[in-house]
Amino acid sequence: MRDVMTVAHLTLVEARRRRIVLAGAVCALAFLAVFSIAVVFANREMSADPRTSFVERQGTLTAIMLVGFMAANFLSVIFAILLPVDTLSGEIDSGVMQTLASKPIDRAQIVLGKWAGHLLLALAYLLLLCAGILIVIRAVSGLAPAGAAVALPLLMLEITLSLTVSVAGGARFSTVTNAIVAVGIYGVSFIGGFVEQIGGFAGIASMRTIGVLVSLVSPADSMWRLAAHYMEPEVMRSTGMLALGAAVPTAPMVWWAAGYTALTLLYGVAAFRRRAL
Amino acid sequence: MIETHSLRKEFGSTIAVSDLSLQVREGEIFGFLGPNGAGKTTSIKMLLALVAPTSGTGHVLGAPLGDRAVRARIGFLPEHFRFHETLTATELLRFHGRLYGLHGLSLDARIDRLLTRVDLADAADRPLRGYSKGMLQRVGLAQALLNEPRLVFLDEPTSGLDPLGRYLVRSIIDDLRADGVTVFLNSHLLGEVEATCDRVAFVKRGRIVEERRLAAPTQWMDVELRVASIDAATLEGLSRFGSDITQPGPGVIAMRTEAEEAIPALVSWLVQSGVQVYAVQPRRASLEDVFLDVMGDDERPG
Repeated sequence: MRDVMTVAHLTLVEARRRRIVLAGAVCALAFLAVFSIAVVFANREMSADPRTSFVERQGTLTAIMLVGFMAANFLSVIFAILLPVDTLSGEIDSGVMQTLASKPIDRAQIVLGKWAGHLLLALAYLLLLCAGILIVIRAVSGLAPAGAAVALPLLMLEITLSLTVSVAGGARFSTVTNAIVAVGIYGVSFIGGFVEQIGGFAGIASMRTIGVLVSLVSPADSMWRLAAHYMEPEVMRSTGMLALGAAVPTAPMVWWAAGYTALTLLYGVAAFRRRAL
Repeated sequence: MIETHSLRKEFGSTIAVSDLSLQVREGEIFGFLGPNGAGKTTSIKMLLALVAPTSGTGHVLGAPLGDRAVRARIGFLPEHFRFHETLTATELLRFHGRLYGLHGLSLDARIDRLLTRVDLADAADRPLRGYSKGMLQRVGLAQALLNEPRLVFLDEPTSGLDPLGRYLVRSIIDDLRADGVTVFLNSHLLGEVEATCDRVAFVKRGRIVEERRLAAPTQWMDVELRVASIDAATLEGLSRFGSDITQPGPGVIAMRTEAEEAIPALVSWLVQSGVQVYAVQPRRASLEDVFLDVMGDDERPG
């Protein structure tokens, strides 16, 4: 455990020195600034227009909030994939890993330390964006999605899963191949989600089944769809007003996403143990 | 210290090491020689469990290959030492010290001492990204000695070093010898090896083809004689003391004696026979001669 902490600490120091933390924070704040401006202006115009009812205004602001979360989720997934994409493969290529792995440290501890250090950063990035969205929307309109307390852990699970795929792939593939594979796996879940939703909307059972099967292969995006479902107001959720909630993943899918993450991490450790350095 | 039996490593259809069986004794400075691509680095990596052998067995410091605890007593300098370039030398050594379970003031004192030893004390707090190749190699050497190891693997330690840096490495190896530390030195710089090693093994295509103790007298010695005149009787007489007698120039005879001890007898015979001797120049077979001899003509430059 001590060695895992030592490696995680090195990972965090590296991320700070390579200005990854700074770049992440600046981009997150820029995103929040744009989001804030959009929400403030939308709210001002709708409030000034007597034809817009309170319910309409809340509905529009909720839609803006969900779009904000959708963008924040997408940015966080990309951040979680790119952040550790070269952490194993890059250090194997450069020879850094030879020095590290010849120390009295288990290779599993190297993988776990890097995973933990990067996970901390990726979750901080996600939470910064999500907290910013929630604070802005509440300050402007008083909206507070009741399901946020359930949605945030689901998004954290999605980010953990995406990051784990990227770390584990680095034990097996070169950096560029790993990036292509990790983004590809997320892309599969993304398109699977669309298929499932359209199937849900149009009532086509086979499309829903295909969507669910794709989610089993790659469950990242299904966590986002479930989170979005929880953040919709009760009235929209029950009527299926928003496309985001047209086909809602079930609780077993959450367990599967957690298990998928654990299995991927185990695979990464096993692959790295076998890897010639 | 190190003992291996028929270690073999294949990468796909490529055989990196075909049959490595060697023994390195405690306190020995062991040179592992061979042309580029002979499997020297792969052999070290197998001994350090960075690469798993395809077949064969081995023990290092009494434990089977891959034993984690044993690595606490081993130091390793990779061929091209690199580490996270945002770290300073002190931070790098502190990080590696923690992996060895070292910490606090004793670790800091050890780091200061090592950085002074490798002549990097004034660059200790500069990030590695500004280091020259030689400086990186020296901080790598400090890293390899951080745990006061009993066995040190040095893979081409002087590559990228200037003459002063090479001298530094040689003097550190001498210190290690004085402390009874075993050193496994990979190199193709024969002069370096000749100056530092007790014993060498020649590797060719992943197999040891010759082992030799360097301190022991060489089996033969070339000698060049400058004399006033050469006649058939002189050449006939000289053949009793050696072989391969040639005349490279007027008044010059080159020959190979069986041993160094043959030279005084040879000179005294020449003088007694009335031959006027101007110069006798013995030339010990250098490691380079041995290397070329052992590798044969079929080895091409790597």
